[in-house]
Amino acid sequence: MVLQDNDQTKEPMGPYQWPARKDTDVIGKDHDRLDGLVKSTGAAKYTYDVNLKNQLIAVALGCPHSHVRIKSVDSTAAEKVDGVVHVEVLEQGKEGKEVRWAGELLVVVAAESEGAAREGVANIKIEYEMLDVFTADDDLEAAQRAKRTTKGGNRIETEQEPGDDDDEDEFYEKEFVRLFKDAEIVHEGEYGIDAITHCCLEPHGATAVWEGDKLVVYLSTQNVSGTDDQFAGALGVTANDVEVRCDYIGGGFGSKFAPDYWGIAAARIAKKTGRPVRLMLDRDQELRIGGSRPSGYVKVKVGADKTGKLSVWDSHHWGTGGSGRGAVSIGVVPYVMVPPNRRSIATNINTNNAPVRAWRAPNHPQGCALSQTVIDDVAGKLGKDSYDVFMANLANCTNGKAEVYADQMKVAARLMDWKAKWHPHGKGAVKGSVVEGLGMGLHTWGGAAHPSTCTLKIHPDGSVESFLGSQDLGSGTRTVCAQVLAETLGLKVTDVTVNLGSSKYPISGPSGGSTTVGGVSQSHRRSAQDGLQKLFVLVAAKLGAKASDLIAAGGRIQTTDGNKSLSWKQACGLLGVTPLETTRSHERGKDGALSSSGVAGVQMAHVSVDKDTGVIRVNKFVAVQDQGLVINPKTCKSQISGAVIMGIAASIYEQRVNDPRTGLFLNSGSFDRDGYGLARLGDVGDIVVELYEPESERSRGVIGNGEPPAISPKTAISNAVANALGVRVPVVPMTPKRVLDALAKAAGKA
Amino acid sequence: MKNFEYAAPCSENEVLQLLSDQSGQTELLAGGTDLVGLMKKMIVTPDRVVNIMEVPTLKNIEAVDGGGVAIGATVTLDEILAHPYLEDYPAITDAILGINSMQLQSQGTLGGEILQRPRCWFYRNGQELLDTGQISGGDNRFHAIFGNNGRSKFVQSSRIAPALCVLAAEARVIGPSDSDIQMIPLLDLFRTPRQEGQREHTLLPNQLVTHLVLPPVNGGLNATYEVRQGAGPEFPLASAAVSLELDNQQRVHQARVVLGQVAPTPWSSAAAADALMGQPLDAQAAETAGLAAVEEATPLSHNGYKVQLAQVAVKRAILRAAGLETGGL
Repeated sequence: MVLQDNDQTKEPMGPYQWPARKDTDVIGKDHDRLDGLVKSTGAAKYTYDVNLKNQLIAVALGCPHSHVRIKSVDSTAAEKVDGVVHVEVLEQGKEGKEVRWAGELLVVVAAESEGAAREGVANIKIEYEMLDVFTADDDLEAAQRAKRTTKGGNRIETEQEPGDDDDEDEFYEKEFVRLFKDAEIVHEGEYGIDAITHCCLEPHGATAVWEGDKLVVYLSTQNVSGTDDQFAGALGVTANDVEVRCDYIGGGFGSKFAPDYWGIAAARIAKKTGRPVRLMLDRDQELRIGGSRPSGYVKVKVGADKTGKLSVWDSHHWGTGGSGRGAVSIGVVPYVMVPPNRRSIATNINTNNAPVRAWRAPNHPQGCALSQTVIDDVAGKLGKDSYDVFMANLANCTNGKAEVYADQMKVAARLMDWKAKWHPHGKGAVKGSVVEGLGMGLHTWGGAAHPSTCTLKIHPDGSVESFLGSQDLGSGTRTVCAQVLAETLGLKVTDVTVNLGSSKYPISGPSGGSTTVGGVSQSHRRSAQDGLQKLFVLVAAKLGAKASDLIAAGGRIQTTDGNKSLSWKQACGLLGVTPLETTRSHERGKDGALSSSGVAGVQMAHVSVDKDTGVIRVNKFVAVQDQGLVINPKTCKSQISGAVIMGIAASIYEQRVNDPRTGLFLNSGSFDRDGYGLARLGDVGDIVVELYEPESERSRGVIGNGEPPAISPKTAISNAVANALGVRVPVVPMTPKRVLDALAKAAGKA
Repeated sequence: MKNFEYAAPCSENEVLQLLSDQSGQTELLAGGTDLVGLMKKMIVTPDRVVNIMEVPTLKNIEAVDGGGVAIGATVTLDEILAHPYLEDYPAITDAILGINSMQLQSQGTLGGEILQRPRCWFYRNGQELLDTGQISGGDNRFHAIFGNNGRSKFVQSSRIAPALCVLAAEARVIGPSDSDIQMIPLLDLFRTPRQEGQREHTLLPNQLVTHLVLPPVNGGLNATYEVRQGAGPEFPLASAAVSLELDNQQRVHQARVVLGQVAPTPWSSAAAADALMGQPLDAQAAETAGLAAVEEATPLSHNGYKVQLAQVAVKRAILRAAGLETGGL
């Protein structure tokens, strides 16, 4: 009997589906992360921890200016520093090159110690020609004067279409005048959301070692299976010659899909020196060039009826994606609830900051904040409950989720005790100088499962292993894979081993876009279901039963009537000496019953604001989130809590500060007052997460939730602050300075 | 980090022998929470680092004859928090609690905390400490609103120094020679640098603060209030410490008010103290003192909001000292 079943062209068995909620033993049940202990004890080896024998430490010189041309580079003094082994001027550091953002790495020094490498870096002499600098991304007029703008697109939709003979521009101008005239209430405002930067706890970087002609790279990456060929292409070898490893990663959030030129440099220097080379960005470099999220600012005018439902939207938004990259997409302003008449114009501003990278739900947090703060101000203007006005605007939902949102709003309001806490904007009780407020936001995301291949090995001794070239970003991927195997094979989670983190394993997609859990649960369910069917054939022969009459449950394989059975180990013993190996894949877009896409979420915040100091505290935050079928509620809730914490940081503390004179990213160096602000445990209040999983959603299968809960926090918190103060703090983060400025402006003092 | 020579002396005299008389050539290492970061960024590049954590005489908290407490320079902040001798000095413990970081509290020392280098983001990014246009023309949201008419526009960053100043603490300073011992009122230890390279204190490079000596409070009230944006170890945006003595009619007859995070030194406000004199200790007096404290403020282009925060800090420090509700978050 042929037990090997690795032929990908062979028709899989199927049909693949999840057990009903009532029939699960493992899926849908809380389980601690399998790697929780090694992580919490420090035993887990992250890329940063890799310390190979004879390893060189590489440190890179970052450009200290925001916009320059390199006039000359002299590394001779660096080469003479005791302990320095190799100095490499990178391509962008060569004479004549234009450098368009501070922090760009120019020269790498590899040395016997970090100290020697840093001293080498300090001895590199570069002459710069200073060029014009622009970083005022919130100032559209200044950007236009500096010729730093490009068109970001426009979109016009009206219920009344222009006639064949109409001049379109003239028609729309008149039509929008008419629409605003007909609106029962008109509101105008300016809003914004500053650029924030990736600040992964583990910075970007790699340790590279050549074993003959084969390269092994320990890379902090979200893309184990997709980075080997990127190294190969850059180094002139084949992907087969490269292994990328990443067992544990200290955060990626969309910024770690590539080797990056510094990872390639580490591999190149390793080749030249014949020694392993470690090159990790330092904290300053991580914040400056590790990726950022575009800023967005909007000038908007809306018209609405007396319920607050918008009938017309007219906006111009702008912002920066750094040097040469686009900013917030035209497609998300307005966001989710799009009035039937809308005109949106976008302008991109080219600034001297490093280019953006994907940041947890690209575009959506900005779109949500720039749109739903407007809806909340309409509620304030009407003196209406924001909840009712959001409910009215669900009629404008464009993603088909209006009913889901309505139901989620009810759940969230109950958990928040919204009705009891609500007061009209600025009309709440004042205790000393402290006022409280409520706000909400809602969001959408795709999250379709990415491609994933899993090889499952069932060993004759009963042990079970899976292999896949995926990565666990800390979200619990290992644990979820193990739960799927355990459920399918009738085992405990601790009975199976999940091997991931190597590009030599079967290909799995990059972990971006909330696609991982759908993909890996697809490939694991498929390979486990089919592997089990193979095992059933052997067991059926042994028991004198039909394979189709067998089930796996409770560590046994048995007939459905329970009269005949073998333990799992006895069953696997029938394999003889050869493991049963089954490889199954999921292709993107072929979800079947196991996965799908398209989720909705509603979030509510309750805050206190000190009117005398501008200090904001989040008291309670409620997140209601749909993600289809939930494999592990514990890690799922944890993922949502993490997103909320990031959102709280971006609402109140987090901000890239560019110096108006030099453009330098002033607060990149640390996390203290003059450093990059983040939320601490004491800042996040009581986070209440509700997994929204009625049968209508569960039956859609598994959908990722990494991004969606990170979208609404800024909106909910900004709206809560506006409700508390009766004054909009127009730009997030809402720092004390901004709160006090907004209050002074409202009082006519500024 | 530049290579350096490391020394770990075991006595105060050995420390003095290892210190250079040239500024910047040697640096003292205690908890290292500031120095190591500065060295890694090569903002500070000493030839020799002198670790003073092995000097036993610097590690004690002792009662002083006639009242008061002497705290060794390398006593850690959590040791101060836990020590019964400090119960009468809530201004100090308020400030240490505000640091909100077990790591900084257990590793940081009193001497290191009060003599830490400025947190100015221009300075920490490798630019000059004193203004050459980068501060006055740049983003100065966290910079000084007092004492900033010269080129020093940074703020003194110590969380505890304002409290020590209102409590009339003196620094025991030794060096350069073994026999040089002096007591310096802490407020006099700080200075506003007038030229680049000058330190933010008056100590010679080869002098050492061994102890901070606190006089007894004799029934007086004291407190610190910091305006902090978050609940973490971020530095406050403004702070104030007060010490008050009341007469038998419960009116203020002695007051000291020192603001933190608002000037290149701890900023003593005689105007706020004067406003309190003769007043009953109530919300009105606190409000008036707060207003008086900021009358002479000279904010820069981006930090006008700090004037209000400084005013609130003074008001709330007084209320806290009086045991009244501060009214804020």
